[in-house]
Order: sequence, then C-alpha cells, then structure tokens
Amino acid sequence: MGGGTSSYGEVEETDVILLWGSNARETHPIFFHHVLRGVHNGARLYVVDPRRTGSAEWADAWLGLDVGSDIALANAIGREIIVAGLTCEAFTRNATDGFEAYRTAVEPYTLEYAERETGVPAEAIRTVAHAYARADRAMICWTLGITEHHNAVDNVLALVNLSLLTGHVGRYGSGLNPLRGQNNVQGGGDMGALPDRLPGFQHVENDEVRAKFETAWGVTIPPKRGWHLTGMFEAMERGELTALHVVGENPAQSEADQHRAVRLLEGLETLVVQDLFLTKTAELADVVLPSAAGWAESEGTVTSSERRVQRVRRALDPPGEARDDLAIICDLARRLGHDLGSPSAEEVWEEVRSLSPVHAGMSYRRLEELGGIRWPCYDDDHPGELFLHSRLWEEPVRGPRAPFVPVEHDPPVDRLDDEFPIRLTTGRRLDSFNTGVQTARYRSPLRRGETLDLSPEDGERYGVADGERVRVRSRRGEVLAPVRYDRSLRPGLAFMTLHFGDQVATNLLTIDATDPKSGTAEFKATAIHIEKV
Amino acid sequence: MSAEPIWFRLPPPPTEVPRAPERPAPRAVELTIDGASVAVPEGATLLEACRSIGIDTPTLCYLENLTPVNVCRVCVVEVEGLRTLVPACSRTVEPGMVVQTDSERVRHSRRMVLEFLASSVDVSTAPDLRRYAERYGAEPGRYGPTAATVAQPVKVDNELYVRDYAKCILCYRCVEACGTDAQNTFAIAVAGRGFEARISTEFAVPLPDSACVYCGNCIGVCPTGALMFRSEHEMRAAGTWDEARQARTDTICPYCGVGCTLTLHVQDGEIVKVTSPLDHEVTAGHLCIKGRFGWAFVGKRGE
Repeated sequence: MGGGTSSYGEVEETDVILLWGSNARETHPIFFHHVLRGVHNGARLYVVDPRRTGSAEWADAWLGLDVGSDIALANAIGREIIVAGLTCEAFTRNATDGFEAYRTAVEPYTLEYAERETGVPAEAIRTVAHAYARADRAMICWTLGITEHHNAVDNVLALVNLSLLTGHVGRYGSGLNPLRGQNNVQGGGDMGALPDRLPGFQHVENDEVRAKFETAWGVTIPPKRGWHLTGMFEAMERGELTALHVVGENPAQSEADQHRAVRLLEGLETLVVQDLFLTKTAELADVVLPSAAGWAESEGTVTSSERRVQRVRRALDPPGEARDDLAIICDLARRLGHDLGSPSAEEVWEEVRSLSPVHAGMSYRRLEELGGIRWPCYDDDHPGELFLHSRLWEEPVRGPRAPFVPVEHDPPVDRLDDEFPIRLTTGRRLDSFNTGVQTARYRSPLRRGETLDLSPEDGERYGVADGERVRVRSRRGEVLAPVRYDRSLRPGLAFMTLHFGDQVATNLLTIDATDPKSGTAEFKATAIHIEKV
Repeated sequence: MSAEPIWFRLPPPPTEVPRAPERPAPRAVELTIDGASVAVPEGATLLEACRSIGIDTPTLCYLENLTPVNVCRVCVVEVEGLRTLVPACSRTVEPGMVVQTDSERVRHSRRMVLEFLASSVDVSTAPDLRRYAERYGAEPGRYGPTAATVAQPVKVDNELYVRDYAKCILCYRCVEACGTDAQNTFAIAVAGRGFEARISTEFAVPLPDSACVYCGNCIGVCPTGALMFRSEHEMRAAGTWDEARQARTDTICPYCGVGCTLTLHVQDGEIVKVTSPLDHEVTAGHLCIKGRFGWAFVGKRGE
C-alpha cells in the first residue's frame, strides 16, 4: 500500500523532521503549519534542498545539496548511523530483510565522499545522521525534489532505508511521508489509476484479485500491467498507441521536452480531451468534452497525503454544456456497448467499498460524521489507521518483513559541461499551480509572471542585470525570459516554474529522461546556457 | 520459483489498531459558578467551565484556534477573594473557586467595555458585538456626538481583501493568526499606544510592499468585518450582499494534496467567500492564498 505513513497531527509531536526535496512552506502551506507547530513544540527541523527556500529559513540546519545527489547524501547518513552504532537493531533484526547487503552497499559512502558529491559539509551530514537516529520520534517528509528525477524510485528507497535502519516507521510520530502535489493524486492511485493496480492497491497480475473483480464486473480483465504516462508517450512514438482520452490533464504543457510531447499528441489518430477549459492539449483534440469541476460542481471523494478520504460536494451548477465526469464516462461506455447505468457518486463508492478491503468501512455517513477517515479502514467499526506499518513492531512480525533495497548514487542525465554550465531546477510558487490553468484566473498580488531566477553572483558572471531578458537554451530547446536575482540560489543553480507556459514554455528546456519504474521525468535537473538578448 | 514481491498482495492488518499514546487523564477540578457546582478537567479555563454548563459568556478577542491574549476584557467574571475581575478566556480553574458571571459588577464592566468600543468604532458589520451591547444595555450614544472615533478611509490596496480599520476593535486576532498561532509570517503587529494604537504593517507600507502572503487567515478570524474579502466589500457597497440568500457547502480544496476543507459561501450561483471550519483537524480554520482566493476558475470559469 502506498501512502504517507503518518497523520499530520503527529508532525506536531515528533522530535526531528527531515524535510527532503520539499518547499512545503510554499507548496503545502497548511501542512507546514503543522510542521511549525512541531518546531514551536521543540522539534528540530532539517531541510534538504538545493535552494535555501522559505522552508529552509525555519530549519535548524539547511543542507544545500547539489541537484540529484540525494542518494549520495542518504547513503552517507545511513553509513554514519551504522558506523556510530546507532542502528535500531531490535527493529532491523525483527522486522527487516537485507540489512547486511545494505551495510555493504553504503560502506563506500563516507562523509568525505558525500561532501564531494553533494556539496554538503561532512559535519552537517554527521549532525543530521545523529539527530535522526537518536531521536525518540523522527519523520522524513518529501516532495517532487525526490521524485522528479530519472532515478525517482531509488531516491525514495534511499529514504526508506534510513527509516528501516533507525526504526522510524510504524510508530506514533515516526514515519515516511510523501506530500502529494494534487488534491487527489493519492486517491487516484488508490482507486487504481496506476498501470498495475486495481482499486485498493490490489495487483492486476494477481489471479485471485482479478477473479474477484471479474466476477463483480462481468468482464475479463487483461492480466498484464498497462503503461504509465511516460510509457504511453513511448508507445505513441512506436505507433502502438493511436487513441488517447485525457481527463483533467494538460500534457501538451506539463510534459517534459514539450516539442516531443506536442508532436506525439498531434500524431494521434484520435485525441479526446475532457476538461474544465480549452487547454493547450484540448486545442489539439478531435473531441472536447467540457466537464464539471470535481471539487465544487460534483459529488465524490478525494484522498489527501495523510490517506484521509474526504467528501467533495457540489456547491455550484457547472456552466453551459459542462457535465459531471461520471455522467460523461457512463455515456461514453454506453456508446461503446457497455451499459453502466446512471449511478450516483455514492453508488460508485459503495462498489469501491465492496471490492477494496482497505476502504470497506468508509460509508458516506461515516465520512460525514468523522470528517474523513484514513485508510486502511476494514469495517464499519474501524477508526482508520492513524499511522501505517505498526505490524512491523509486533514480535514475531506477521506477513512480509520490510526489505532494505540498496541503491547507488547516479547523477542527473542532463550533464553540465562548458556549453551548458548552469543547473536549472523547477518547482512551484505559493500562489500558482502547475500549468496555471486554474490559478491564472484569480488575481494574485504576489504574481510576477515567469522569470529565470539566478543568484546575483551568476548574474554578474554572465553579465545580466536583474530584470534583463536572457535566452535560455538547453540541449532540447530555448526560451526567452527575464532574469530575477534570487539570493536563495547558489552560484550555478537557476530556478523556473511551469506556471506560465503560454509566456515562457519552460518544458521546452526540460529533459524527458524518466525513471524506469515510476515513469516520472527529470524535471528537477536540466543543463542550460544563458545569454543576454 | 522466486519469492513474491512484497507489494503483490496486501499485508495483514496489525493485531491492534494503531493509536496515539495514552495521555494521563487530567484530574477533575470542582468549582462553583453562579451557585452551581461544576467539575472540569484540570487546566481548563473559566470560559470552558462556563460553557460546559451552558453559560453564554461574551467574548470578542478570544477564538478557539488562537492563544488567549486577554485584551478585550468583555469576558471578565468575578472570583470570590480576588480584588479585580478576571478574564474567563485565559484564567484556569482552581479547586473551590466561587465565580459570579452575572453580578452587577460584571455586568457594569462588560457594559462599559462595549460602550467604549461601540462609541469609537463602526460596529455595523460586527453582529456579536452588537448582540452583546444590547444584552448589557450599552448606550454608546451617551458620550455625545464629539466622542473620539477611529474613523478613517478604508484601505483598498490589493485585489483580494480590504482593511477597514474604522471597524477595528484591536482584538489582536489578526496579529495572532499572522504570527505564531498559524501563519508565522508576521506581516502585521500593533503599533502605537493608547487611543493611537492600531494594526499596522511594517512602517505602515501598503500590503503589496509588506511581508503579507495573502493567506487571508486574518480575515478568517476578524470578528468585526474590518478585514473583508474584496468580493464581499464590493457587494456590500453595491447593496447586493445578502447572507440570507447564501448557502454554505463544505468541500475539499482543489490544489495541493494536503486536503483542506473549504466552506464555500455561495450566493446566486457564485462563490462569494471561502472559510474553513475552526475545529477541523487539518486546517484549524486556516488556509493559504490558493485555497482562500483561488476559486475564480469554477462557475463562470473566470470569464
């Protein structure tokens, strides 16, 4: 089961918070309120981020690592914990597999090596290792700084290894928490919008699971996993995927290497886009199905980063011909020869409850009464699990032990060289969201439009003043953007967002080197060249 | 045959449902309020004790999700043996306390506080204050037409919210919400002394030049309408604001994955204001700029 192991309230009562590759202060502001309560209660906060962000300003120490050196840092922390004798042996012995292989794998990651590879002083790495390992309670929280890399899954595993080494998982106040970037990215995966899962994390290649769903649905389910988004684009390239139905996504602007993404979308035989707006992707479509806003114009549920399933409710009528996504899908199914009826959102949810054991106890009535419930929730009397994996502290452990998975440092694919000497990383700003489709429509006093953020040192070095326009070039494309000096950036590091793609198409620059397991592209590490125009 | 990967089937549930560690139950404290004996947990405030037996003690600066600052003095009660009246919102209970919440001394004090406020501040959008003023027989008019006021022009310096300090009773709630109780941005504080005291940004700069990040948590806690959504301000000016025609619907914010509950206030098919429930575990009533203001894309789709 994949989800944040802890509840937000636990952040307020933990002792050490390791915020890794996340600027939660701007990207998850209300989660950061919980972090700040933790800090005010005495927790030590360590922020690992190439940029000295608003989150880092609150930290006891900021570990300003070089982009893409996370595994070198994590393995060095792991090695230091082992060498200093701070391993939680009761936990590794009882609840994990593969400790010896991990110990061997991290042996070369000395503090000195890590300092060279990451740019973080050895003493700072040592401090964090000891603080994390010695704490009664400690949690690691991360965002796309970990996952938007060509080795995203390895990055996550490097952090998981640290929690297994120290026993900081499966207990109150200790855990591993990916902060989700969209309001229902957790729920989408939970409901089976993953290439290899049916609703409730049940594996599509598991015969028993498939048989259960086939009986309920009266259809045969393909026994092999499908493609993730990146795999779909590769299949378009090979000519295997010729028809695409896009629901509430704007890949023409959100995909890395935008020239390629648009070319492939244009080459499809059929493109259907179901969205609130005529996005850049919708402009390429053969058919556009205008839809209602899921959170304010229709009924249903979404699931948050703490696994809390909560109700969304209809407060407004959708405009014009816009219709509820559920009604569109059912009509489409009817045209394709499958009568799904005209179920309400609650009726669909009842089906989820009947097929997904971890959602079984979540009736709409209980969701209402309890203000949401965290999965797993196995029956009508179950309160939902406050934190996951507590079974790992039972002796003996029932079910599988948690495996260490050794991983190796592997720097970003888009290498820096004399021609492309600056590392561009991407992220969000407080008042905007993704490709700006939603946020462009409210008037934010904080908005300045897109800029290439640069350290003042680099501004001087490349002869561009604050506000001057530059041509930004990568190995894939180029854009024009004004420069903004930003003292949170170190020399050699630049920052842009994807919020204003109509003015500055940042994704013309980014690389679609993707993680082989998750399919996530390396948005965080592009090599660029800048020149004044 | 190789072993199944760990994720191939769901792990077994733990033997016991995971819970927060047990906290020792606080001892009960017994006291007497208005002749009735009351037992509340140690550490509770007199306000909580009063509310537990249904006594409607007025409050203005107090709010459940903020630390009490004891500035408005409208919640004062009389405790036997103490020389001065005490603020119920922050005074914790002690065994054997004998408390009067409706004595002539208490009523007189509350009436004076409410009269001072209502004579110097525009309370036209402060329903709680007006209700209390009526209950305690406050007559703000008795200070005459020349009574000093805090009247001043409304500050409209950004697209999202307005600051009308002619309506400000200096309760500090906005300062607390901007500070350590929620947002920790510290864009505003109380400047000046005595009658000159006022809520101010640093050097009284306009909001766009201040540290403000437009979370609007100050609006969310303001009891008098001094801080107001620009949409509400403009609708009130146009005479179209009508709470009787507004429906409130709880839903979840469409942006990041934190899952904040938004209460959408809808009038005539349009969102006119967004709040969050004060007792919500995720938000404690607090939001960010996108959650509170970023909804123009629904309904008419920002046209």
